[in-house]
Amino acid sequence: MNIHEYQAKQLFQHYAIPIPEGRVATTAIEAEKIAQELTHESWVVKAQIHAGGRGKVGGVKVAKTPDEVFTFTQELLGTRLITNQTDVTGLPIDSVLIEKTYPIKRELYLSLLVDRSNECLVFVASAAGGMDIETVANEMPEQIISVTIHPVTGLENIHYDKIASALKIEHAQQARLETIMRGMVELFLAKDASQIEINPLIETDLGELIALDAKINFDDNALALHPDIFALRDVRQEEVKENEAQQFGLNYIALDGNIGCMVNGAGLAMATMDLVKSKGGFPANFLDVGGGTNVEKVCEAFKLILADGAVKAVLVNIFGGIVKCDVIAQGILAAMAQIEVNVPVVVRLEGTNAEQGRALLTNTDFKLYAANDLNDAAEKVVAFAEAAE
Amino acid sequence: MSILIDKNTRVICQGFTGKQGTFHSQHALDYGTKLVGGVTPKRGGLIHLGLPVFNTVDEAVKNTGATASVIYVPPFFAADAILEAVEAGIELIVCITEGIPTLQMLRVKAAMQGTKSLLIGANCPGIITPDECKIGIMPASIHQAGVIGIVSRSGTLTYESVHQTTLQGLGQSTCVGIGGDPIHGMNFIDVLTLFQADPKTKGIVMVGEIGGSDEEAAAEYIKAHVTKPVVAYIAGQTAPTGKRMGHAGAIVTGGKGTAESKMNALKVAGVEVVNALTDIGVAMQRCL
Repeated sequence: MNIHEYQAKQLFQHYAIPIPEGRVATTAIEAEKIAQELTHESWVVKAQIHAGGRGKVGGVKVAKTPDEVFTFTQELLGTRLITNQTDVTGLPIDSVLIEKTYPIKRELYLSLLVDRSNECLVFVASAAGGMDIETVANEMPEQIISVTIHPVTGLENIHYDKIASALKIEHAQQARLETIMRGMVELFLAKDASQIEINPLIETDLGELIALDAKINFDDNALALHPDIFALRDVRQEEVKENEAQQFGLNYIALDGNIGCMVNGAGLAMATMDLVKSKGGFPANFLDVGGGTNVEKVCEAFKLILADGAVKAVLVNIFGGIVKCDVIAQGILAAMAQIEVNVPVVVRLEGTNAEQGRALLTNTDFKLYAANDLNDAAEKVVAFAEAAE
Repeated sequence: MSILIDKNTRVICQGFTGKQGTFHSQHALDYGTKLVGGVTPKRGGLIHLGLPVFNTVDEAVKNTGATASVIYVPPFFAADAILEAVEAGIELIVCITEGIPTLQMLRVKAAMQGTKSLLIGANCPGIITPDECKIGIMPASIHQAGVIGIVSRSGTLTYESVHQTTLQGLGQSTCVGIGGDPIHGMNFIDVLTLFQADPKTKGIVMVGEIGGSDEEAAAEYIKAHVTKPVVAYIAGQTAPTGKRMGHAGAIVTGGKGTAESKMNALKVAGVEVVNALTDIGVAMQRCL
C-alpha cells in the first residue's frame, strides 16, 4: 500500500527524521493561511498524489507570496495530475502540501528496502539525489552504494560510516545522518514497510539534513497488523476496479486491450496474457480468480471484465485441480445464466474431469466455445476479438 | 529415486485439525503419503483422520519419527510454525500458507541459518514425488511417475508443466513449487542441484516469473553445474511495470526483474527457453 507524501512525513516526524516545516491543505484558503502562519519569503506547493514525477509536470510549484500559494493551490486542486508514473488518466489532486523552502546546498538520495537475493534490509544511497534513482543506476552506477543490514545484528557503526562516506557527509554532521538512518530502520521494522525512499535528502547551507520528499510503501500482507497505517489508505488514488475485485477475493489489473481474461492462479494468469499477445491479441486485463472457484466468484469476475467497454471477447482459462472441471463448468453456466454476457466466451478447461467439463459447455444457448486446448483457446479468442473490431 | 521425499518419508501436518489441514491431509492419505500425525496447539491427545494429534511439533516428532512437516496455519501464525518445526529438527518443512509478512520471513530465514532444516515455500503448492508421496495442495490425478524434475514459482504453472510432461509420456520424478513470495525457502539453485544429482531425473523444467533475480542466478548456476537438459518458461512477458501480478514477488520495478532479462540469461546459459507456456512439454521431449 502507498501513502501520501504528507502522511509519510508525519511518520518521519515520529521517528525523528527531520522534515521541512509545513502542513497539508484541502482548500486554497487553507493553503494561503498555512503560508501566512509559516512566515517565510517563499513556499512550495506540492500536489499530493500516489506517484512520483510531479515536478516535471507542474505538480510542484514555488510561490513568492501567500497570494501565489492561494492561486497555485486553486489551480491544482480538483484536477488530475498525469506524470510518467501514472496512467494516461492521471491521479486526482485532493490535497496539497505547503512547505517552507530551504536553501539547498546538495541533493542526496537515501532509501531502505528489502534485498530479496541477500534476504536482508538494504540501504541504497547516492550523492546524486533529486533525480530518478533508476536513471542514476543506468548512467552512473558508481554513484550508488548499497549497504545491507542483517536482520540479526541490525544497524552497526560500519553501516553509518559507509553511507556517510558515500554521501560525503562531514564528520561533524554524521550524527544527523545516523539519526535519520536509525529512524528509517525503526519505522521500517515497526510498521512492516516494504520501501522507504527519501529523494532528495537535502543538505542545507547550514549543514542540516532534511527529508525534502518522502515515499513509503507498506507490505500488503502485514496491513492487518497495523490499523494505524491502514487508516492512511486513500482509495481515490487506487484503481476502483482493482479494489472492487479485491472484495471478492479476485486479483484484477486493468490493461488496454480488448480480450478479457479470467484465469485461476497468478502465474497462469500472466502466462495466459503472454499467450494471447503472442497470437496477435491484446489482453484487457489480468484477472486471477484464485483457487476454490465458485459461482459467485465467476459472476463477479464476468461483471468486472464486461464493465470494460473495450472488451470484445473473453477467455476463461481454468486448470481444475482440487476443484474439478465439471464443477467449474457448472459454475460458468450458472454465472452466464445470471448475468447478460453478449460477447463470445472461449473456455479452456484442463485438469481433473476436463472431458466432462467440456461436454457441459458445448451445445448451450450462450455464445460459449469450449476449446480443445490452450493454444486453440487463445487462437479462437483472438479471432473473435478481431472479427468484432 | 527422487529428490527430498519418497514413499518412506514420514510427514506430519501443522494446522492439522483446521479446514485446509483436514481437507488436504485426507487427500494426502488417499494418495498414499505416509502421514503419521498432526499438530494443533491445545488439541493434543485427539485422534483426527485416524491419526494422533499433538500439542507441539516436538511431541509429534518424538512420537512418530516424522522428518517432514506441512504447514496450513493462517498467515500471522505461519512464521512461528516454521520456526517451531526448525527447532524440533524437522528436515523438510513445506509451508503452503499465503500472505506471510515479508519481514517475518526475513527473521525466519535468518533463524534457519546453520540448521539442518530445508524450507519449501511459503505461498506454494508443495512437493510431490508421483505414486510415492504428496505434500501439498496439487491435484494428484495429473501426475505420472517418470523422469522430469519440475521446479516452479507458480502453483498453476507447475500443474501445466506436469500435465504437459504427462501427455508427452515423460512423467515426473519430483515436482517442487518453491512459491511466489519475495523471501522464500529453497530457491531454483537448491532444487536444480538436487535434480542434477538425482539419477532418475533425466530432464528439468524450470518455470519462473517476473520479479527478483532468482532466475538470473539460476542461469549462472546451470551454465556451470547442470549437464541435464533444462527447459524454462518465464511468465509475465507482457506484464506492466510496477504492478504486483497476484504473487507478492511478481513485480517489475525500476526496469529490474523483467521476463526479457531472465529469458536472455537462461538462453545464454544454454537453457531451452520457450516463449509460450504450451510449448514446455514438446520442448522437453525434444531436448532429451
